[in-house]
Amino acid sequence: MADKQLLLGDEAVALGALHAGLSGVYAYPGTPSTEITEYIQAHPLASERAVHTDWTCNEKTAMEGALGMSYAGKRALVCMKHVGMNVCMDAFMGSAMTGANGGLVVTACDDPSMHSSQNEQDSRFLGTFAMMPVFEPSNQQEAYEMTRAAFDYSEENGIPVLMRLTTRMAHSRAVVTPREVRRQNEMHLPEHPRRWVTLPVNARVRNRELIADNVKFEEDACNSPFNRLTDGPDHSLGIVACGIAYNYLMENFPDGCPYPVLKVSQYPFPCRLANELAAMAGKILVLEEGQPLIEKRMRGVFPTKVEVHGRLDGTVVRDGELTPDEVRKALGMEAHPSYPASQVVVPRPPALCQGCGHRDFYTALNNVLKKDYPTAQVFSDIGCYTLGYMAPLNAINTCVEMGASFTMAQGAAYSGVWPAVAVLGDSTFTHSGMTGLLDAVNAKANVVLCISDNLTTGMTGGQDSAGTGRIEAICEGLGVEKEHIRTIVPLPKNYPDMEKVIREEIEYNGVSVIVSRRECIQTLRRHAKK
Amino acid sequence: MKVDIILAGVGGQGILSIATVIGSAALSDGLYLKQAEVHGMSQRGGDVQSHMRISSEPIHSDLIPKGCADLIVSLEPMEALRYLPYLSKEGWIITNTVPFKNIPNYPEMSAIEAELGRLPHVIALDVDAIAAEIHSPRSANMVLLGAAASVIDLGEDLLRDGIRRIFARKGEDIVETNLNAFEAGIQFAKKRQ
Ligand SMILES: Cc1ncc(C[n+]2csc(CCOP(=O)(O)OP(=O)(O)O)c2C)c(N)n1
Ligand code: SF4
Repeated sequence: MADKQLLLGDEAVALGALHAGLSGVYAYPGTPSTEITEYIQAHPLASERAVHTDWTCNEKTAMEGALGMSYAGKRALVCMKHVGMNVCMDAFMGSAMTGANGGLVVTACDDPSMHSSQNEQDSRFLGTFAMMPVFEPSNQQEAYEMTRAAFDYSEENGIPVLMRLTTRMAHSRAVVTPREVRRQNEMHLPEHPRRWVTLPVNARVRNRELIADNVKFEEDACNSPFNRLTDGPDHSLGIVACGIAYNYLMENFPDGCPYPVLKVSQYPFPCRLANELAAMAGKILVLEEGQPLIEKRMRGVFPTKVEVHGRLDGTVVRDGELTPDEVRKALGMEAHPSYPASQVVVPRPPALCQGCGHRDFYTALNNVLKKDYPTAQVFSDIGCYTLGYMAPLNAINTCVEMGASFTMAQGAAYSGVWPAVAVLGDSTFTHSGMTGLLDAVNAKANVVLCISDNLTTGMTGGQDSAGTGRIEAICEGLGVEKEHIRTIVPLPKNYPDMEKVIREEIEYNGVSVIVSRRECIQTLRRHAKK
Repeated sequence: MKVDIILAGVGGQGILSIATVIGSAALSDGLYLKQAEVHGMSQRGGDVQSHMRISSEPIHSDLIPKGCADLIVSLEPMEALRYLPYLSKEGWIITNTVPFKNIPNYPEMSAIEAELGRLPHVIALDVDAIAAEIHSPRSANMVLLGAAASVIDLGEDLLRDGIRRIFARKGEDIVETNLNAFEAGIQFAKKRQ
């Protein structure tokens, strides 16, 4: 067991969970969280112990499945990218009220700098919001240890724990030394059955308990082995370094940091330790990956004796990922000598693969709309097909969040936009397009809703898609008229047929669904290799 | 010992296969290692890079600071230049010379060559041609690793063992092919000096 392994931060969380006696991982893919679930799926211990590892339809069903497992006394892990938290928020907030029975750990992977995302939201806020403890590892070994500790903490305190990773932590590899494997929990029902029925009469009681528990959670954070206040010889500055920011700080001081440092990896924010730091140094620099949560908290509204610096006053770059260089600048240290950026280099943005079916679908759609329907608006969604925005296709007008295409098209159609066309992928359809389709059917909306079905979840690396083989049946079940569910095969030789179908459905006044189906060529290649 | 490497290329070129071999070599020598990878959106034909740090002392940051990389190993010439601000003033660039043109405004090759020519330590080679010459067209990445071997400072034997371990699953033929490609890269770099 003491075999060292080279693991991504994501994989360290996965192995930590397996070794903590995990009974189920509940997840919907999303960069940078996907590798947690994929690692568990491939691990022999998961099959040996019959761990639940199927992808769920979306993050809300994931959170709820895991909560059910926790209710039954077993240990469950939920994984998602940061914006997945928005989708599961109702269940997540609810789980703070029910509390946990079996250990319940929710892992949210944030993406500062938006390497593969639409925003920079910082999940630590949501832990604070739900009054839940938050764990934020600073390195891969800690990610392994903390995941194990998070399950124990969750069970001991009857509360779910939010684990927060950021892209660098999730997608960087280092050596991890694992420990002994813990047994799985036996099924056992909750000790506090009233908590699990969140009627006001119970919820009011539970809310006060949770508020009281937070005093303990904060004291635990002050005593946590993952948080540490270290003194230094130079008291002209004190530093608060959260999560991975601690590494960037230490990178700049190979012989040890001269300033007192409060390393924070477990929240609620350990205020007592922060006060001890402020007693050492009257000027504080806050280094945190993501939004200025701690800085704002420490700064407050009214003037104080303690100076607080960070992202808000421009000492640290206001947005984007931290780097050793940004931290160096914030420390007032001179940059290492380096070459300027090359003037020859041009950007190389991601693009749809050559031969991708989305390309052929958009080409046919463009051929129809650009020529005959110049007032058309195309509401798209999140997936590989969002890249249809790029030149030369320039095929879409919107992309907001998963599922928004089908529903925004309806609002726009109601306001007079014609043709109102929506495009989403098969996995996005089952994630949050189906409810919007039922809305359209009920409202008899005049929309053309297209499902570009590549039989997989392409953008995140080709995971199984929940509705494969049943897309038309689902549409029919939701009430779309059979003759307005049209299936086409996106290939250049089929452009004339595809265009004819698109035209006919635009001209139909009602809900049309066009399913454009051809397997993702990357998935196809992988399947061919097997 | 301490070496900071930036691996560069275009999504789909497989820079991680090089990282895996170096990583295996470093681990077998008991060294510390951190390797920041790119997963997700950029893999769709965008620029990808990996920061690989190896040291006999514990490593803090997963990212290499600007001006501190000892070498940039790139499967594509323009991508080698993208990370120039990370290269130390004494650092090396080891790059493939074959451009990967999946964008309409790819710069003139002469401009890229001129910029590479202004740097003190560059090894530029057509890894695809060398791999084809020795009849192992699919081992171009190992040719590049061979050309970088003398600068990586792990010892050629350690890297050879890494190749054996990583490709063992695929059979002895594949191991041999990749070792040959690695040797061809080493020879190219030697002849040049
Ligand atoms: C709420 C939320 N969860 C997960 C993601 C990550 N994500 C982005 S695109 C995508 C897959 C979309 O798959 P599909 O709709 O089938 O389109 P494809 O990429 O295959 O073309 C996922 C999971 C996200 N952006 N938002
Ligand atoms: S991964 Fe698949 S769906 Fe995504 S662009 Fe490539 S072929 Fe298209």
